[in-house]
Amino acid sequence: MNPCVADILENFPGARRDSLIPILQAVQERDGFLSRESVLAIGRHLDLPASKVYGVATFYNQFRFTPIGRFHVQVCRGTACHVKGSANVLDAVERELGVRAGGTTRDGLFSLEVVACIGACGLAPVIAVGGDFHAGVAPRDVPAIFAAYRERAKGGGSDAA
Amino acid sequence: MQPDATTVNPVSAERLRTLLRDDDGRDAAPTAELRRLRREENDRPIVYVGAGTCGLGAGAGKVLAAVRAHLAAGGVDAEVVETGCIGLCSEEPLLEVQLPGRARAVFGRVKPADVPGLLDAMLAGTVPTAHYLGQHGPQALRRWEGLAALADHPFFAGQTRWVLRNCGLIDPGSLEEALACGGYRGLVKALRTLTPAEVCAEVERSGLRGRGGGGFPTGRKWTFALNTPAEQRYMICNADEGDPGAFMDRAVIEGDPHRVLEGLALAAYAVGATKAYIYIRAEYPLAIRRLREAIAQAEACGLLGDDILESGFDLKVTIKKGAGAFVCGEETALIHSIEGRRGMPRPRPPFPAVSGLFGKPSVINNVETLANVPQIVERGADWFSSLGTAGSKGTKVFALSGKVARTGLVEVAMGTSVREIVFGAGGGIPGGKAYKAVQIGGPSGGCIPGQHLDILVDYESLKTVGAMMGSGGLVVMDEDTCMVDVARFFMDFIQRESCGKCIPCREGTKHLRDMLDAIVRGRRHETGADALARFKGVTYLPRLAEVIRETSLCGLGMTAPNPVLSTMRWFPEEYEAHIYERRCPAKVCRDLLTFDIDTELCKGCTLCARACPAGAIVGGKKQPHLIVHEKCIACGACLEACKFDAVEVS
Repeated sequence: MNPCVADILENFPGARRDSLIPILQAVQERDGFLSRESVLAIGRHLDLPASKVYGVATFYNQFRFTPIGRFHVQVCRGTACHVKGSANVLDAVERELGVRAGGTTRDGLFSLEVVACIGACGLAPVIAVGGDFHAGVAPRDVPAIFAAYRERAKGGGSDAA
Repeated sequence: MQPDATTVNPVSAERLRTLLRDDDGRDAAPTAELRRLRREENDRPIVYVGAGTCGLGAGAGKVLAAVRAHLAAGGVDAEVVETGCIGLCSEEPLLEVQLPGRARAVFGRVKPADVPGLLDAMLAGTVPTAHYLGQHGPQALRRWEGLAALADHPFFAGQTRWVLRNCGLIDPGSLEEALACGGYRGLVKALRTLTPAEVCAEVERSGLRGRGGGGFPTGRKWTFALNTPAEQRYMICNADEGDPGAFMDRAVIEGDPHRVLEGLALAAYAVGATKAYIYIRAEYPLAIRRLREAIAQAEACGLLGDDILESGFDLKVTIKKGAGAFVCGEETALIHSIEGRRGMPRPRPPFPAVSGLFGKPSVINNVETLANVPQIVERGADWFSSLGTAGSKGTKVFALSGKVARTGLVEVAMGTSVREIVFGAGGGIPGGKAYKAVQIGGPSGGCIPGQHLDILVDYESLKTVGAMMGSGGLVVMDEDTCMVDVARFFMDFIQRESCGKCIPCREGTKHLRDMLDAIVRGRRHETGADALARFKGVTYLPRLAEVIRETSLCGLGMTAPNPVLSTMRWFPEEYEAHIYERRCPAKVCRDLLTFDIDTELCKGCTLCARACPAGAIVGGKKQPHLIVHEKCIACGACLEACKFDAVEVS
């Protein structure tokens, strides 16, 4: 068993089915994604077949099965953002990073995700990079935003948002 | 940010009793301590920074750091308070200063560089005019002469703030402050003087209806659950807020978490539940943190937990993070999600109030609904129902966003007109553009065109124009918004979010989206068979929409065609332009656009060629440029790059 998942499972002693989603969330929060090993370990812990665990995990938008980059990029595609041109922002981000939504850049620096609504509609269009919000983003702002994060990564500084 | 870190300022049982007893004698002069907690009295300056998710997004974190640094550098003894969002998101970051005994002066769009000057001026006793929005605060505070009040600001003037009463004003991390401002009074009253059935009856009599979308009478739902015999009942607060374009639940939790908890406790008491769940979006880390803090504080002093206020009523509140599924807004789907299953709805009846979570009677209410409850219990049903229309009582919070000058949270009395919200509080359409529509109620709702702007906000009247209250997202659209594109956006959303259990919703919405895709497809991407399919789709569209509506299992499918039907109803000419002329009047649908460069206006600056991601622009320096249509992906980068308005779109 993956020793790292074991310590999370320890926090859910005697766990039943209703702990499945919280466990998946806890694992993803720490590892950034759900690995095959952790899904199997969770299934054993809850006495559920892996198919059921995958069945739940794939149903929800939140869960990922591939590692994320050092900076996780979320592009909001809510209604307000859409009306204010977030489709073009998403295009610009995809072009800037050279990956499609759901992908991770080859250097592992950025992973790109589209989210339904971040809940900051008053500031549309919004993107979040590594937890930092950027409000009122226009396609032309995109290169500068990512240049700053590349700079930060190069400087070896803290990623803390 | 550490979402799991909770800090508890313990309020001792004795102190709790003092604070609550102070509430009993309203006529008596409040004690000095209470005045301090209500911020009616302060012996040192207080600096407030709106630090909700929206504020932080606008840069409040840096402003906060600048405030702390400047105060420390000057050796100024001042209190710094992080509040939630006051509602005026477009003016964020917001900074307020309250000098001893003086009203709170509010400043908007404050940058870190503005902070030193602003604070120095305020500390010297003058209110700078730059960034000034208004002054407010308790009556006891002396107003600044000759300066406008915040209540007269056009954004706030038409509002009736009941649910948002404390949002942005108090420190959401302080239970003491919440108590001093009237928190938990309703709960105390109910536990001491009312039976659960009486609470249900009072809420039913008030006319409160579900604010999450359905609009079902809240008190009646509670009575159903109360009257179902069971050894265990559950109370669930739906804070998932899946509607794109709505953010009032987040703002209420971030700004005033104790109000939501009090409403939840009252609801649990009324239906006889001893366990409560708050199902909240995982994308709201700050709201989750605020809730965790608030629950810990309330439990520590006996406002939650076992034997609440020695009444014998127990309540255990658990936070469940949602995992991102729009369909979980549907009650039975949400219950399945809490149980650790796929969030798929099931046919009703049995209704959750009879058989819900783990097969037990369960009541699910939205955050805003619960936030209304404390004041109904405390002030009575008559007070609540004095405001509103025949079928819709009280107030409604709207999340105003899109192409509007002032965006944010607006709370108005039911029966206020949409025009007042958009053009009054919202300040109309920016940039001299024309109003086109307001989209209300999210993916289940519809659009309100210009000729119906005077429609009143009310569950029934909105339905007459094919819209609905929904959770209250109001997205304003101007002439640059293409309604076919909006319909396509919603169908794309619904199609992705459909849980897939029933065929009308799963397959039907996919076909609806395919039809809309065909409508916006340009000729160059189309073969003969596609063209035929396109016209067939157009003729079948209304019929398909009808079938989806009638045969879907849950509310998601039943309302899925609404955005399409609503835009077709009010903007048929836009559909016709797309279908027959292959033209997008709003110049949004890329496949139908042609970009050209006006050779007269082009100065050959090469900016557009450098901006073009497809390499579709050719031309030498200081020579007129040209767009190669075969290569052009119609992204509009050239249009944005050109400084001479030489790029034309047709």
